[in-house]
Amino acid sequence: MPDLAGIFRAEAGRCTATLIRVLGDIDLAEDAVAEAFAIAAEQWPIRGVPPNPGGWITTTARNRAIDRLRRESTRTDRHVAALRLEADDMRPDRKPELDDLDGFVDVVADDQLRLMFLCCHPALAADAQVALTLRLLGGLDTPEIARAFLVPEPTLAQRIVRAKRKLRDNHAPYRVPHAAELPDRLHAVLAAISLIYTEGHTATTGDSLTRVDLSREAIRLARVLTELMPDEPEAVGLLALTLLTEARRPARTATDGSMVRLADQDRTRWDRALIAEGHALVRACLRRDQPGPFQIQAAIAAVHADAATAAATDWSQIVALYDQLCAMRPNAVTALNRAVAIGEMRGAAAGLTALDSLDATLLEGYQPYHAARADLLARAGRRDAAAAYDRAIELTANPTERRFLERQREAAAGPAEPGAADSPFRAGSPPTPGHPPPRRR
Amino acid sequence: MPQYLLSVWHDEPYDDVDLSAPETRRQMARTDDVNAEMQRAGAWVFVAGLRPASSATVVRAAGDDVSMTDGPYAETKEQMAGLWIIEAPDLDAALEWAAKASTACGRPIEVRPTHA
Repeated sequence: MPDLAGIFRAEAGRCTATLIRVLGDIDLAEDAVAEAFAIAAEQWPIRGVPPNPGGWITTTARNRAIDRLRRESTRTDRHVAALRLEADDMRPDRKPELDDLDGFVDVVADDQLRLMFLCCHPALAADAQVALTLRLLGGLDTPEIARAFLVPEPTLAQRIVRAKRKLRDNHAPYRVPHAAELPDRLHAVLAAISLIYTEGHTATTGDSLTRVDLSREAIRLARVLTELMPDEPEAVGLLALTLLTEARRPARTATDGSMVRLADQDRTRWDRALIAEGHALVRACLRRDQPGPFQIQAAIAAVHADAATAAATDWSQIVALYDQLCAMRPNAVTALNRAVAIGEMRGAAAGLTALDSLDATLLEGYQPYHAARADLLARAGRRDAAAAYDRAIELTANPTERRFLERQREAAAGPAEPGAADSPFRAGSPPTPGHPPPRRR
Repeated sequence: MPQYLLSVWHDEPYDDVDLSAPETRRQMARTDDVNAEMQRAGAWVFVAGLRPASSATVVRAAGDDVSMTDGPYAETKEQMAGLWIIEAPDLDAALEWAAKASTACGRPIEVRPTHA
């Protein structure tokens, strides 16, 4: 029995990307690809999987789409009117004729890249970019995406419909951005992938700490992006960061499902293969020497991965990397992580000093700020730690994380034990890609 | 070729803006430059700066009845202060013109496609 679901997941994005170029319309392309997969589901179990399943799907989808357009030729005008996404290699104002479609079916590597930039077009809001990316490039269906983000299905469906309509109504081009605009446009793609990863890494709510599918999908997308744009160091940096973060997943939750902090993790359970791959990518970035935010965050994750025990962590290196990151992209969340690292390097008092220098109004609604502050206060033996834990717990939607913080608060409120300064809960949270900035509203 | 409305927005009523203020004059000169550039590129269709919203009248026909009311249609603090109609091959080209226009006039610009 062929693994249709696996093939679909692997090929859907690429096929849809090519069909959008061929047909000039997202909805027609999605329908055509879905139809081709339905045919595959009937034929492949009997005849076997063709040697190039992606090519088979793409060709079949193209043929079916042309058949349908011909069948409905009385309504061709309407269809042609719908074909509004213009590819670079089509002349402006070119109205595709049915017979022209035959010429465009070769799978072009750039198609997936075009689709990434289309889904993450800056004219779309971030949540729409993410939903569209997962739908069109990840081949996830609307209920799956809605479940992953704990959004009601009609809300998510509406979001996707609106995004597609906006791109169509606005004649969004189907192309890879030019060099001058590439940095900004690429950043939007990286940010979307990293949001997908972060959502999978720490579910905002829900009873399971991790949602593997989204994280894996984000890594797959980052991999595709680095294959398509091998000369973009930030893309490589994002892939390295997601791999090095993913490597810690087996150690992040205890057998009872509770969260385990970095300092307490059983490092023998870290995934060595992912770490090796992440390290190799970080080294390649260092050789290239065009640092950027994702590469630096990957380097920080690499320093953590290097330490055989939490105590062996090279915190001075981590602080130096955060200094570089703060200089490059001043940001309250980065400054918070830097303060936590200082707390590890020079002690809780120094960490608190660094924390106090931050603009607390920006971070007031940001759970990790209160969690980090509570931890530093507790380690400094301060009584106000409990209040900080309360605020952090109040802001935590994830039940697993909340239970963890409640235990922390109890430990901090309990009688001081000898060696309390050696609290096992010392390490600050390591960076996760695209940690969302505090929301200001 | 697709057409887009680029509308220029003020956050507040601008009835009392001094048109002879040096910064305003600079903005108007820069905006003229963008107009010239649009015309050279064949993107320019129409441009107009608008008098403040307080000068507006709303006309509403219902059957044979036509009523008129004083003031702008939308009772918002924000006001549309001007507009372009441009032709551009695609959204990205339109956004590029909007960026130039916003830089020139120092105001946010809303980009909206027209039908067809």
